[in-house]
Amino acid sequence: MTDITTKTCDVAVIGGGPSGLSAAITLKQAGVKSVVVLDREAVAGGIPRHCGHPPFGLAEFKRILTGPEYAKRIVKKAQQEGVEIALKTTVVLLEKQGRLTLVSPDGTSQLLAKRVLLATGTRETPRSARFVSGNRPIGICNTGALQSMVYLKNMVPFRSPLVVGTEIVSFSALMTCKKAGIKPVAMIEQNTRPSVQWPVYYAASFFGVPLRRKTRIVEIIGGNRVESVIIAGGNGKEEKIPCDGVLFTGLFTPESSLARMSHLALDPDTGCPLVDNNGRCSDPVYFAAGNVIFQPVKVAGKCWQSGIRIARAIVDDLSG
Amino acid sequence: MKSGGQVISTDVAIIGGGVVGCAVARRMALAGASVVLMEKAPDILDGASKGNSAILHTGFDAPVDSLEWQCVQNGHQEYLEIHKSLNLPLLKTGAMVAAWTEEEEARFPGILEKAHKNQVNDIRQLSQAEIHKLEPHLAGNVRAALYIPREYVIDPWSAPLAYLLQAIENGGQALFNAEVTAGGYDGEHWLLDTPQGQVRAKYVVNAAGLYGDIVDTRVLGDSEFVIKPRKGQFVVFDKAAGNLINSVILPVPTKITKGIVLFPTIFGNMMVGPTAEEQESRDDASVDTATLNALHEQALRMLPALKGIPVTATYAGIRSATEQPEYRIREEPERNWITLGGIRSTGLTAALGIARHVETLLKGFGAAFEKRQNPVVSRVPNLANHLSRDCHTPGYGEIVCHCEMVTDREIKAALSGKMPAGSLSGLKRRTRVTMGRCQGFYCSARLAELTEDKFETPLSVGEAHD
Ligand SMILES: Cc1cc2nc3c(=O)[nH]c(=O)nc-3n(C[C@H](O)[C@H](O)[C@H](O)COP(=O)(O)OP(=O)(O)OC[C@H]3O[C@@H](n4cnc5c(N)ncnc54)[C@H](O)[C@@H]3O)c2cc1C
Ligand SMILES: Cc1cc2nc3c(=O)[nH]c(=O)nc-3n(C[C@H](O)[C@H](O)[C@H](O)COP(=O)(O)OP(=O)(O)OC[C@H]3O[C@@H](n4cnc5c(N)ncnc54)[C@H](O)[C@@H]3O)c2cc1C
Repeated sequence: MTDITTKTCDVAVIGGGPSGLSAAITLKQAGVKSVVVLDREAVAGGIPRHCGHPPFGLAEFKRILTGPEYAKRIVKKAQQEGVEIALKTTVVLLEKQGRLTLVSPDGTSQLLAKRVLLATGTRETPRSARFVSGNRPIGICNTGALQSMVYLKNMVPFRSPLVVGTEIVSFSALMTCKKAGIKPVAMIEQNTRPSVQWPVYYAASFFGVPLRRKTRIVEIIGGNRVESVIIAGGNGKEEKIPCDGVLFTGLFTPESSLARMSHLALDPDTGCPLVDNNGRCSDPVYFAAGNVIFQPVKVAGKCWQSGIRIARAIVDDLSG
Repeated sequence: MKSGGQVISTDVAIIGGGVVGCAVARRMALAGASVVLMEKAPDILDGASKGNSAILHTGFDAPVDSLEWQCVQNGHQEYLEIHKSLNLPLLKTGAMVAAWTEEEEARFPGILEKAHKNQVNDIRQLSQAEIHKLEPHLAGNVRAALYIPREYVIDPWSAPLAYLLQAIENGGQALFNAEVTAGGYDGEHWLLDTPQGQVRAKYVVNAAGLYGDIVDTRVLGDSEFVIKPRKGQFVVFDKAAGNLINSVILPVPTKITKGIVLFPTIFGNMMVGPTAEEQESRDDASVDTATLNALHEQALRMLPALKGIPVTATYAGIRSATEQPEYRIREEPERNWITLGGIRSTGLTAALGIARHVETLLKGFGAAFEKRQNPVVSRVPNLANHLSRDCHTPGYGEIVCHCEMVTDREIKAALSGKMPAGSLSGLKRRTRVTMGRCQGFYCSARLAELTEDKFETPLSVGEAHD
């Protein structure tokens, strides 16, 4: 890696999800010349690409779209505004002065940006980091993996899993299960009440999935594939439930590893990059928007708005 | 794969595809023997070799004058000689034995004396200034420390893969899903039964690890040792912790265990572990919440800067210990059989040395092979974080696993060739796919597609349908 090419741009946006794309569009509309969106996936659009259900787009487009429809629409809009989107391009290193190292199938390169926007989104906490006891068989995943398997590849990781968690995303997970012919054996919540009230109650009765409160997962049992789980209710009584998978939903954690590996400061409680009111990071060349800075996480529409707001701050900063 | 009825003839049959069996296969293939390795799982490394600390030991704390010490020393040396040619990585970390209490420090003279007896003469005591310079993030109350410069970190899965691959490239053969269920000796040849057919061999090496005693009992009629499985759990921290320590931080060892270690991995992470838990099961590598929490807390105590750094993974390995704290090598010259039993907590390092020992023993049995001239030397893909990876060479298609930067070119290569992955975990060990921070959140779909119809237990159980 001796002769690395270095390019320059006005603003580099890391992440082509709702917040990154709305920011890029706003920057373009404000007259910023070279705005490049870098996304490591082969297709831009971010998480909505695999949320095969409505409602997306109400605030932005005044219509109800599914996630994939919405993702296509925001990408198209960005392209119409002249935003350059570099796909299959992974940002691997952030350095001072807006120096980014990129890896793509064409090779490793550097990009020097006057301003950088981190819009890398959020994901769910995997089983490992939750320290759940038991074996480590196949069939354990998060909603993100389930949804991308179902909506992008028409595949399913299990047929009768236990669903852990009752956040809004858990509700989407039940919809995905229904769509894919997956019949969860139960949905469990360790607190007295579900994290979101009505949708889960509704979902549980609507989808025929028993909701068990004050219940936690004690152990995962299985050889090659998940065979059963042990759960414990409020009275501590343990029960073994046969199932072929465990779906860990929610417990969002920012996809902020790039920032964590860099000179940027993180919020010690949330793990999000530390930002001021204008989304500015500890290094003033860097900004962040969207779900990488939101804890608790927000819906796509709010991330879209966050991108617009922070992009305006960047425009002000560049011109002032 | 061979069909049920057939008989494969070979000079040396090796039972078990752990790191020891793979190293023996390589050694004997290079020595000129025909070799067949039989592994009961669909891929190599299904036992003790699946989860270890990946430290290349010097043997400074090995039992003095023991065979284990000899094999560790020889293994360490040979690894250094061959690793470059096989493209196996080496992280020159060094190790630090840290004492936090007076009692621990009081054991230093004993450790030094033992190290010197074990010919590890470059061990030395560090000054406070040196401790701080070498490990600035360690909790400030370290009283004293010893430094062992040649304790290194390696890739625990690519090494055995490279050994077996070299055996295969030099005429060897490996059978998977080939559990040795029975066998008999006719005075000249062994005939071993496996679901993949029978193997007829002049010499047999039992390297069945956690099942070594069971195989001996099954085939020889008795076993000289009893396997006492000892589980070790680990917590793997995010790569952000990778630069918090430079060396392997060893506690002052006790009689039972080397203790809880903090160490960098070759993949750029930092780990804490292993525990030492006696158990009945030879297969149950489960983790448990209480132990993981305790490990996590201990790591934070030793390295306060870990606070807030996320956990990437947790896992456990099972040591094939026996009722005695030593290797249990059984030699049966009358029946041309060797059992490599009780290769407990140093087998990754010692494997190449054990293989050398096997060659010597077989010579003693009267085996005479013609050393292979100009053997094929085959390189395995590099997975080490500090060296160039596949994604650094253009034309890789796309990155499938973003956390570990695994390309689809890499995955396709690992699914083909002379040693294709036989299971999803085999693929993970060959590429690191899904082994990073998100544990498959982003890449499971693509991975399910790439591995469709490849494995007996696939990621996807079928189509999505209403
Ligand atoms: C499983 C799941 C389900 C969800 N379901 C819904 C839902 O139904 N409705 C809803 O409104 N919200 C949902 N959300 C919330 C979702 O986070 C937001 O809708 C929205 O996608 C956030 O937008 P974003 O731009 O901040 O991040 P994302 O949409 O996550 O986009 C981040 C982008 O950054 C890219 N990226 C990350 N790191 C790098 C790097 N190093 N280099 C290059 N590119 C990089 C990624 O490829 C990705 O395209 C869900 C979230 C999750 C995790
Ligand atoms: C927690 C832990 C930490 C460790 N740390 C280190 C370290 O840092 N450095 C170091 O050098 N060593 C370390 N070790 C030790 C090292 O991992 C072991 O010594 C080594 O893996 C033993 O390998 P093996 O080939 O003897 O056994 P195994 O890996 O158990 O291999 C035996 C193989 O035989 C197969 N088999 C069993 N029965 C049959 C049958 N009937 N027919 C066919 N196949 C069969 C099994 O499926 C298995 O794949 C550690 C071990 C553990 C558990």
